[in-house]
Amino acid sequence: MSKYLLNKFLYTVDRDPELVERYREDPVGTVAWWEAEQANRILNCVGGESSTWLRFDDTERDALSTHDYPRLFELGAHPFLTLTLFIGLFERDHEPMGFQTEYARRLAHFTLPYPDIAT
Amino acid sequence: MAELVAVIASTHHPFYYRASTATGEERPPFADEWVRKVESFRETLTRARPDVLVMVGSDHFHQLWLDNMPQFLVGKAPFYDANFYNEEREFGLPKMLLRGQEDLSAYVLREGLDAGFDLAFSNELRIDHSITCPIITLRPQNDLPIVPVYTNIFAPPLPQPKRFVQLGQTIRELVESWPSEQRVAVIGTGHLSLELGGPRQFGPHGPDPEFDRKAVDWIAGGDLEKCLGEVTLESLHLPGNATHGFMDFMLMMGVAGEGQRADYVDSYDLFHTMEAYFTWYPGGGVR
Repeated sequence: MSKYLLNKFLYTVDRDPELVERYREDPVGTVAWWEAEQANRILNCVGGESSTWLRFDDTERDALSTHDYPRLFELGAHPFLTLTLFIGLFERDHEPMGFQTEYARRLAHFTLPYPDIAT
Repeated sequence: MAELVAVIASTHHPFYYRASTATGEERPPFADEWVRKVESFRETLTRARPDVLVMVGSDHFHQLWLDNMPQFLVGKAPFYDANFYNEEREFGLPKMLLRGQEDLSAYVLREGLDAGFDLAFSNELRIDHSITCPIITLRPQNDLPIVPVYTNIFAPPLPQPKRFVQLGQTIRELVESWPSEQRVAVIGTGHLSLELGGPRQFGPHGPDPEFDRKAVDWIAGGDLEKCLGEVTLESLHLPGNATHGFMDFMLMMGVAGEGQRADYVDSYDLFHTMEAYFTWYPGGGVR
């Protein structure tokens, strides 16, 4: 399991307006492309310096590919990153604050202690 | 030597800018009272007539990232661009440009290192809403140079709460020993109980009003001993999964000093979090 890579996906998509829209419209394709082309890219380096070993496991890939944010919470993805990106994806489809409260409702089965977010 | 003319601690609610500028049906019912409270709070800084602002906040995974995460970082640049695309997207925050005070940044870095803090630094730091929100609320004319200080309250492993207090104490010592005639205000923002990305988020109040009441009392009374006696890295998960930002309030209690009662205390119970505003005048009053 790579919580770091989950977070890296959320972080890099959330900061790029085009990627936010691409992930909203085509989550399966975006996750596949990102894992193949971007997962190993070190953020402040040219492509030739990329890492060689980063990849999702099947559970992580499936959670991202289905926009399954309760599952991402369960896997220990950083909740601020998940919330911020998913607000960017879906807030527009709801009444003001409607998505945020729906998000909480879908996570209502979690109790303390929450999954560990340390990477 | 420089004079520490005000110590200010507050929350940094990113919705304030949008709420306070909204008109007509877009304006939320709580906006007018919120604006009134913020303008009263703003006056506490205006009265202190500062020349430079040391700004303590926490980057929200904007420029600082898990490939190279500092615990405490000081900006040292002549200018700072501010606010990120996703803050504009979610909160309507504007792009901003703030001026830096490089001499004080250099002094804090050199002397801070020698005082035992392994401070990271940045010569090109884009800052986010933990620092721009207090500019918007407290100094909307944005006319003073700043020294940004970022803390890690987001990415475990975090420094212990007492380390935040110690950094605050050190920042005060460094400001007061800075060979300059300038008037310095230290402004820091943090959280009370707060949940983000979890099941207790965005309720009608903060997730733990009892913690909020205790926290406001600790800060207002400068009661560091009691606060440090009750707060641990582990316990801060209980009032809400983003409550570790309270350690930036503890840092500001360190700047203000043990047992120092705040000269100004206000709060506002908003949806999903409690706003809180504190000002100390270290010289015993504004001259």
